[in-house]
Amino acid sequence: MTPIERPSAGPGLLPKSSFQLLLDALQSQGYRVMGQRLHDGAVKWDDIRQVSDLPVGWRDVQEPGRYRLEPSDSGRFFEVVNGPESVKRFAFAPREPLLMIERSHKSFRATPTLPQVEKTALLGVRACDLAGLAVQDQIFLHDAYPDPYYQARRENLFLVAVNCARALSTCFCASMNTGPKAQAGFDLALTELEDAVLVEAGSQTGQDLMQRLPLSPASDRPLAEAEAQMEACAKSQTRRLETAQLPQALYDAHEHPRWDQVAARCLACGNCTMVCPTCFCHTVEDAPDVTLQRTEQARVWDSCFTQEHGYIHGKNIRPAIKDRYRMWLTHKLASWVDQFGTSGCVGCGRCVTWCPVGIDLTEELPALLDKER
Amino acid sequence: MRQRPSAKKTKAVGRPTLGVFKFASCDGCQLSVLNLEDELVALGQALNIVYFPEASSAMQDGPYDIVLVEGSITTPEDARRIRAVRERAAVLITIGACATAGGIQALRNWADVEAFKRAVYPSPHYIDSLTTSTPISEHVRVDYELWGCPIDKAQLLRVLVDLLAGVQPRLPTQSVCLECKRQGHVCVMVARGMPCLGPVTRTGCGAICPSMGRDCYGCFGPAEGVPAGPGLPPNTTSLATRFHRDLHLIPAEVVRRFRGINGSAKPFKDESHAWEHKGCDE
Amino acid sequence: MRPAPAAPSPNPYDLHAATIVEKVRVTEDIDTVRLQLVDPAVRRSFRFQAGQFNMLYVFGVGEVAISIVSDPDEPQVLDHTIRAVGRVTKAIRGMGLGDTLGVRGPFGRGWPLHDARGKDVVVVTGGLGCAPVVGAIDYMFRRREAYGAVTILHGIKTPRDLLYRERFEAWRRHADTTVLLTSDQPDKTWHDHVGVVTELFEQVAIDPARTVVLMCGPEIMMRLGASVLMQRGVPATALYLSLERHMECGIGLCGHCQMGPYFLCKDGPVMRYEQVAPFLGRPGV
Repeated sequence: MTPIERPSAGPGLLPKSSFQLLLDALQSQGYRVMGQRLHDGAVKWDDIRQVSDLPVGWRDVQEPGRYRLEPSDSGRFFEVVNGPESVKRFAFAPREPLLMIERSHKSFRATPTLPQVEKTALLGVRACDLAGLAVQDQIFLHDAYPDPYYQARRENLFLVAVNCARALSTCFCASMNTGPKAQAGFDLALTELEDAVLVEAGSQTGQDLMQRLPLSPASDRPLAEAEAQMEACAKSQTRRLETAQLPQALYDAHEHPRWDQVAARCLACGNCTMVCPTCFCHTVEDAPDVTLQRTEQARVWDSCFTQEHGYIHGKNIRPAIKDRYRMWLTHKLASWVDQFGTSGCVGCGRCVTWCPVGIDLTEELPALLDKER
Repeated sequence: MRQRPSAKKTKAVGRPTLGVFKFASCDGCQLSVLNLEDELVALGQALNIVYFPEASSAMQDGPYDIVLVEGSITTPEDARRIRAVRERAAVLITIGACATAGGIQALRNWADVEAFKRAVYPSPHYIDSLTTSTPISEHVRVDYELWGCPIDKAQLLRVLVDLLAGVQPRLPTQSVCLECKRQGHVCVMVARGMPCLGPVTRTGCGAICPSMGRDCYGCFGPAEGVPAGPGLPPNTTSLATRFHRDLHLIPAEVVRRFRGINGSAKPFKDESHAWEHKGCDE
Repeated sequence: MRPAPAAPSPNPYDLHAATIVEKVRVTEDIDTVRLQLVDPAVRRSFRFQAGQFNMLYVFGVGEVAISIVSDPDEPQVLDHTIRAVGRVTKAIRGMGLGDTLGVRGPFGRGWPLHDARGKDVVVVTGGLGCAPVVGAIDYMFRRREAYGAVTILHGIKTPRDLLYRERFEAWRRHADTTVLLTSDQPDKTWHDHVGVVTELFEQVAIDPARTVVLMCGPEIMMRLGASVLMQRGVPATALYLSLERHMECGIGLCGHCQMGPYFLCKDGPVMRYEQVAPFLGRPGV
């Protein structure tokens, strides 16, 4: 993301009746604009060409293991908070071909298959998902071996954040300090108010785009209104994660009986890891053609809940569901901190909602840290 | 782990031979072989297909380097025939739910076969059939099992390609959910309250049903599943409890959910038994 | 100084073709495969440290992490001792001279053989073979004068598990070198010690102030070994362990090789005892 070089006017107001101009401006800059659209009883990332493509008139209600859309008369563009997909798939693709390998005589030749990515603007990225993307950037870009596939996709993203005005019952970003206000890592950040959208730039590209919009300078009143809206959103969050004792307390809880209780419920299906904005485990598979002359090597999303994940030559170090749930939660909330200096949880609540049996990590963690049991 | 044979080792010269055998089944899995349209020619060049009554008049007696077996064992004659097939097969692969777990016809294992015979046939005494439908693995040693009703043709192709290359095939054991989420489908259980078996069902189908907004009915059999037992995946008990308590299936419906195409696969069978005598309030 | 990861290549997933130039059968299911990188420029620039590993790729099958056991001062050829247990290693077993593998590497952190110069070295191994440590022992004996007393302690279950008897005999003939073997389920052919490997410590003199310990084997054995050695006064900082987890990417991204907070492919496979002590032999970690 390009840092802001030329300071310019601060936040501006775009009347909601002119919101289409933002979509037009992005499209005129060559971006494919994608946002959350109604699909199969939830929302998914899809093309947004006009304002009416947004899920206006609906709101999502989420609880452990349950997601429903309900009609809403607010008329807001961003009333639906999120769906099962974070922005992860736009940089860390669910399936990414790495190499095309072709036989030649007794040898072979490998050609990296870097993705050809179109410039994509993601409209409506929530603060928790920006935080998740920052975690993934750190893993894939900021270690000894920057990942060129991730990088190719990541560089082509233009991120339009939306500050949350409404918290779901499953949200706990406030306790993870990742939201509801987008803090960093966006090109533009929007706050949806009653009649207008407050627009701020977070990068030079974002600022250049802002100049293509008929914005009026934001006075103190809408700014205060925006702040109040986010504050109320944070306050309305009912779930929280107490992380002060982490990571050590969770390492110490390795033998806690609670693991057996949660394992009795856990399906080891891996849904939590698939919807998590930070989970990065992947496996590599080869797909040779019938004649064994060409093979494609690709990486696909993997999960620490699979049998193969814990395999070492002839045995499985995590055979039981208890081992796998413990691995996941301990990594996410404890060893992640040691590995990357930050929690692996950004408080989006997806693992709570999309668990088919509704296991809630905000309930599991305090139980596991309770030494009385 | 038992050393698994590969096709390459068994035949020093020429193309490896392939035989395709049918037992009690609908032929759908054999059709999946024929549906490999784009690859069939190349496969025919790599393999010598010497026994495949569904597709060809060639019927050689074997021995065979690779044998595909479709269907379950439902008659005394088939119980004898599968032993003879095994003796002539270097590598034996079951294809589909019938051969791998007994199939839908294994529902007879919970019913009175004599009563069926009397109801269907005017002269039931001509019918010589077993009271059960059982998977091939209950009769002979099986080297690899392909699940599905029908099988996934790409998975079959990959197994054959691996065997041709002398490589041990690797078959996935994880849940359907992983593939469903990779493809970006909305979960039909969480978003629509449908009693989806995806979380406890083996991947390999490409998450077809959820991609069409339908709940998985377990045609690829239990995820992992061997060894099955408390604490190990698939956790059918937790899923069944969710179906009953939160999705409001009555116990008889839970039984039917697990007693389908792979109802005789151990984890599913055990789960259906557990719900057989439960009351609605449990 | 412990070796740092090699300089990053532009695409860490890209493969280099390498030819099998020699293949020596060690046992029924173990081969030592000697590879030569095909591209002369890659071959010339390839450097590694003892204890590092390569990802070896078989066309159409996949990759496997295998430690490099040949001498780092002769990087023109790369020896890998491979047990045929998985689908990739079994495929390598079926390959012959002139066949091509793919190589990515070297990855990981190896043994502290530079720091161990001038010191006594105790090598503790257990179980079925321990290729990473064999490379380290060969390295020291090629530079015998650089090290003090060398003690090699090897524990196995049954005598059938002793894979490198000739090697142990050969090492035994070096000056100032002790080699002790033990089996805890011996048969009539066994003339060495009976019991577990930690009992062998009683038979050797250890100067805690000038000893470096290299361990490789089952985690429980290493945990017990470390505990006995520390009771003998060897500081925890002098204990190094080679650990094993499933490695798929080699560069700390795929998530499979975790042990507690570590990615063994990039933080290991050789770790300081202090780092991993809380996680050794812990179920499910």
